[in-house]
Amino acid sequence: MSRRIDQNTVKLRINGIQLEVPEGITILKAAETNGVEIPTLCELQGLTPYGGCRLCVVEISGTTKLFPACTTPAASGMEITTHSPKLFEYRKLVLQTLLAERTHICAVCVANEHCELQAQANNHGVDHVMYERNWSCEEVDSTHDFLVIDRNRCILCTRCIRVCDQIEGAHTLDLKLRGKNTNVIMDQDQKWGDAKSCTSCRKCAKVCPVGAIYIEGEMIELTKDRDIAAFLTKRRNRQK
Amino acid sequence: MVEKKIHIDPVTRIEGHAKVAILLNEDDVVKEALFKVVDFRGFEKFTEGRPFYEMPAITSRSCGICPVAHLIASAKACDQIVGINPPKTAVLLRRLMHMGQIIQSHALNFFHLSSPDLLLGFDSEPAKRNIFGLIEKEPELALRGIKLRKFGQEIIEKVAGKKIHSSKWVQPGGAKWPLTQEHADYLRGYLPEALEATQKTLDMWKQMLDGLQEEVENFGNFQTYHMGLVTTNGQLDFYDGKIRIIGPMGKVVDECVDFTKYGDYIGEAVEPWSYMKFPYYKPVGYPNGAYRVGPLARLNVADSCGTPLADEELKWFKQLGKNGVVQSTFHYHTARLIEILSCIETTSQLLEHPDIHSKHVTSKVLINNFEGIGVAEAPRGTLIHHYKVNEQGMITWNNMVIATEHSNIAYNMAVTQVAKKYVKARELQEGMLNRVEAVVRAFDPCLSCATHAIGQMPLEIQLIDASGTLLDRKIR
Repeated sequence: MSRRIDQNTVKLRINGIQLEVPEGITILKAAETNGVEIPTLCELQGLTPYGGCRLCVVEISGTTKLFPACTTPAASGMEITTHSPKLFEYRKLVLQTLLAERTHICAVCVANEHCELQAQANNHGVDHVMYERNWSCEEVDSTHDFLVIDRNRCILCTRCIRVCDQIEGAHTLDLKLRGKNTNVIMDQDQKWGDAKSCTSCRKCAKVCPVGAIYIEGEMIELTKDRDIAAFLTKRRNRQK
Repeated sequence: MVEKKIHIDPVTRIEGHAKVAILLNEDDVVKEALFKVVDFRGFEKFTEGRPFYEMPAITSRSCGICPVAHLIASAKACDQIVGINPPKTAVLLRRLMHMGQIIQSHALNFFHLSSPDLLLGFDSEPAKRNIFGLIEKEPELALRGIKLRKFGQEIIEKVAGKKIHSSKWVQPGGAKWPLTQEHADYLRGYLPEALEATQKTLDMWKQMLDGLQEEVENFGNFQTYHMGLVTTNGQLDFYDGKIRIIGPMGKVVDECVDFTKYGDYIGEAVEPWSYMKFPYYKPVGYPNGAYRVGPLARLNVADSCGTPLADEELKWFKQLGKNGVVQSTFHYHTARLIEILSCIETTSQLLEHPDIHSKHVTSKVLINNFEGIGVAEAPRGTLIHHYKVNEQGMITWNNMVIATEHSNIAYNMAVTQVAKKYVKARELQEGMLNRVEAVVRAFDPCLSCATHAIGQMPLEIQLIDASGTLLDRKIR
């Protein structure tokens, strides 16, 4: 016997189109389920939203403030614009600051042509960075048997941290410090090879949007799997 | 008294940036000429701290003309770090890609960079003394050059995925993917045309040489040592073997079989006026141990090419010098054409090798050694990559001895010789200076590669007032 659950809904407009979506979902989800694509970087299906990269910002009428679509709940009466010249320029600015913050040299990066940051930069016509680059000189940690982290390429999206915590349950990875000194660490800021909680499950490498975490010697297109978190969540929920 | 100088800045139609300073005495007669390299790159320093397996991709970025030579030398150094002999097919494919590199680079120098001087004349109008002028006057020859270069680039692309910077394909211990039948067939289809183009050009060049005897006699025609890779039985080889060094009279003076000992044979001097190092043959010392590398030196050190048509040409080539050693820098052009012929024949042999299509091209690798040295013949000469890594495989030290550098002492000898012969300061004409540039082009230097070092070059800055008086001088 099937059981119907009544769900409360909210009515809102996205890019002028009237929509009715379930209450409590995010603007990003509401847009995606209705065929509107909003660019994202830190967001990944199957993981809790983080709102770190600010690439998915949208305009909501009645306020000049921009809102991240991935963490802002859809509310009744909202009139949302997902694409406008203002938003395009803002997203370009976000991409340029990400590129300027660390050392991104696509030509010699393992993720070249398979990088979400590179793809978004291309989509937004970012062919140069107008800010002075930091040229970070972070240590590359390859003490793990096969996983490598090159923090110079990290955009601090925390996908690796979330997948390690929420899907694998190990919580090996986390962040230390703040601002431009923020970095992904293993256990209590140990070398990856010494991090005892790591199960070597590779999920961090699979979800990394750039070339910061990768498997040594493996072609990155074989490693990357954007659907892994959503797939495992679905499977595990089914088992329950 | 104020020293008078004529500057050729920049030297045109070469890869990278350089200038020549011609120093005159009080009678305005050429005293000396200096080949100054003004690029600055720093590859040896900024690769420190990077994972070793990134080295082929990073170091090959030093050059867009000969990246494959860096890929090969770097991959071989990485092979040593992982302690693995790559699968046979991976070596065959690396060799095949390398043939494409030599063909395209040599074609670029001969047809695009040097032919305008040779066919249109050293004194012809500068605005037309380029590939476009050549297309106008000698369209068939220009087209041949463009097609030959294309063939070389196509080999690289079909083997490794991209014409330039195909670093994704090369990896420590082998290569990423095998050669498809379709790509091999495509390359086979190109071979007859490439062979014909080379033979026609070589025939034309032989006829032209009669009218170029003055250049042969005066363009860097002096005795030096010569260095290049040969196989164990003395054949020309671009990928592996032993480094052979012959003396000015053609006698084999040394053979370096164990590449880890290259430092016993090659010393590296520096001068305050150039960013390019001055390697020398160590047992003789600096600067008397001047040696040359590249096409001229390779054919001088090799006993044979290992392919029938090129071997015929090599016999003829060896007769151009005394004791089988050709000393005129002008004959770099001749040697370059013979090497193209040899590479086309070798490409054909490699494509017919029974193992060329094997799927086994990749090895599983771990770090087994903390030091690796890779040696290969770049179009411009012997290329050495030498890395040291820590236990995690991070580069801790990198030394690159670049093909172009080896001949640096000879460059300066050559520009001096040509300047003394042709440059008359009191009745200076553009064509005179072009001859100085032309002898540099004969070497085919790649200065973007050659200026990779940082931190060891002494640097001299001179402050000179409007009248030419030296006011101050700082040396680092």
